[in-house]
Amino acid sequence: MKTHGWGRYPSTDAKIVEPNSISSLQEVINREMSNARGIARGAGRSYGDSALSKIILSTRYMDSFKSFDKYTGELHCSSGLSLLEILAVAVPCGWFVPVLPGTKFVTVGGAIASDVHGKNHHVAGCFSEFVSQFELLLASGEIVTCSRTENFNLFRATCGGQGLTGIIISAVLKLNKITSEYINQNTLVAQNLNEVFELFEENQGSTYSVAWLDCMAGNNSLGRSLLYLGEHSSRFSHSPPKKMSLNIPFSTPALLLSKFSMRLFNNVYYHYSKSGSSSTSKHYDKYFFPLDAIQNWNRLYGSQGFVQYQFVLPDEVAKEGITKILEIILKEGKGSFLSVLKKLGNSNENLLSFPMDGYTLTLDFKFEKSLIPILNRLDDIVVTLGGKIYLAKDARMSQHTFRKCYPNWEEFVALKNEIDPLNKFSSLQSSRIGI
Amino acid sequence: MIDTNGKILIIGANSAIAKEVARNYAAKKWEIYLIGRNKHNLNSLADDLRVRGASKVSCSIIDLSVIDENIDAVVQAAFVELEDVDVVLVAHGSLPNQLACESDFYLTQNEFNVNALSVIAILHKVATLLEEKGHGTIAAITSVAGDRGRQSNYVYGSAKAMVSTYLQGLRGRLFSRNVHVTEIRPGFVDTPMTANIEKGPLWVGPEVVAKIIVHAISKKRHTVYAPFYWRIIMMIIKLIPDSVFKRTKF
Repeated sequence: MKTHGWGRYPSTDAKIVEPNSISSLQEVINREMSNARGIARGAGRSYGDSALSKIILSTRYMDSFKSFDKYTGELHCSSGLSLLEILAVAVPCGWFVPVLPGTKFVTVGGAIASDVHGKNHHVAGCFSEFVSQFELLLASGEIVTCSRTENFNLFRATCGGQGLTGIIISAVLKLNKITSEYINQNTLVAQNLNEVFELFEENQGSTYSVAWLDCMAGNNSLGRSLLYLGEHSSRFSHSPPKKMSLNIPFSTPALLLSKFSMRLFNNVYYHYSKSGSSSTSKHYDKYFFPLDAIQNWNRLYGSQGFVQYQFVLPDEVAKEGITKILEIILKEGKGSFLSVLKKLGNSNENLLSFPMDGYTLTLDFKFEKSLIPILNRLDDIVVTLGGKIYLAKDARMSQHTFRKCYPNWEEFVALKNEIDPLNKFSSLQSSRIGI
Repeated sequence: MIDTNGKILIIGANSAIAKEVARNYAAKKWEIYLIGRNKHNLNSLADDLRVRGASKVSCSIIDLSVIDENIDAVVQAAFVELEDVDVVLVAHGSLPNQLACESDFYLTQNEFNVNALSVIAILHKVATLLEEKGHGTIAAITSVAGDRGRQSNYVYGSAKAMVSTYLQGLRGRLFSRNVHVTEIRPGFVDTPMTANIEKGPLWVGPEVVAKIIVHAISKKRHTVYAPFYWRIIMMIIKLIPDSVFKRTKF
């Protein structure tokens, strides 16, 4: 059936299988993948084509808890379990997931395969930091345990490896202790890019930090932003917030997100938030996952879908690069509804993990043919400045760009050839970028 | 209806819908007894439910395509273990290959065993036991397919219709004994069984159906369509005259 990632671009015809146990997963691989290629898929929240293939092995029904030690915070679960479900069980016992991406709907397997990062990357690192071990089903059918002490080469290739080393079956995570499910949020206003960079540098000690950036503002206001800082509150409370949920039932006409409406939205949002109170206490769900309140928000970009473009640039060139990129976007009139800027911390030792010391900017673009050459130009800027493009968001980067961004690619390919010589685990993305 | 610390027996516990129902009760700290076919899957569900908060979980294995005294024994053992049962959910079933059934009566018979006769064998035993106790709720999952026979899946539909009719009578019989009967008729549910069917707007996930079931049980509903709009859809489908309906392909 026709299927796509969260960005709804590209789409492909795939056979989706949803095994509910390891034995049925193995059976499916033997039956379906003798001469076809396939890739694991968790919640389908990667944006582009990293989880698209001829056969999609969904871990949706491999979503069980195995054990949870309420005294040590050690959690053992199947890979298809979502962070939403972990939070629902862990938070009432005073435990928290140490690294949370922008949505709670992702699975543990997906979080490992994309080695996701959160608003605390500069102090906490990536998701894999809190993974003590996982089980990996290899192309040979063998299941191996990977950790920092056992099969470490597989561990560092699989964390961030986009599912290309095998299928993550289960994982052991180490959760963090919290005293409250509330986050104290402090909002700082930056009139332009210079100011937001200064604010990020000044607030490096803040546990959580992320900025919303108005990419439609030009000239002196280029890069004007609202920086959200957050700390776990010490206020003890178990009152869940009122559930507000809005659903987008079908693809809306892309017209809805025209240049005009996006400029209007960005403008109103900036001025509204700027005037609001700068310090509040928010439930973690609202602080970390504001977009989760709108189910299927990806349909807002119309039937053609959208591309989320996320790159990181080293500290010393970040301002220069981001200025250039914002200017190109403005000039080409390709607005982004939501743009997010964040200062990242050190890179880790995983072969294909995205984060590195520097600034990352995330932009959403409605898909249209004219977008591709523009993104190619942005790629050139990123590559020239020694930056990287995030694989979990990517739907179109070239092999050349990938190799420039990820210098460890050779080591990854060498390992891949060793453990999966027939290239059974492969995605549209991996074929495109040659891994 | 007790909303926390109750006891539920679930038959066909590995079905996607039943698993989600069990998780709802685990979060309410209920004691849960699971009956299913696959030992490994059942044990892993039991671990899952314990982490999610179930006060106690026990399991028992049975193959429900075989109808014999085993069914009575397994249900009896579950009642002994639970001591006092609040809810029994009968959720097992399979989706037959209609075309294969048309050329092979043995397959048809097997589907009737799984989807109708074994369900009735269980209902029969459960009814007797709850009748003695004088309280409790029986909930059974049937299907909108039972509302009208369609050429694309009338083996499944007629098996479900048999259970529906049986439940209607049973509800009357148990009413005076303070035992309630709830029937749930799901429409299109996105489960492993239906992984490769293109999903339209009428499809819902098993967790949605599970919430409806839990609500229907606590509110002592009689016949519940899941989601509600299937009641209207099936009402219209039932109104189509046979002379027209026989020409439809769905």
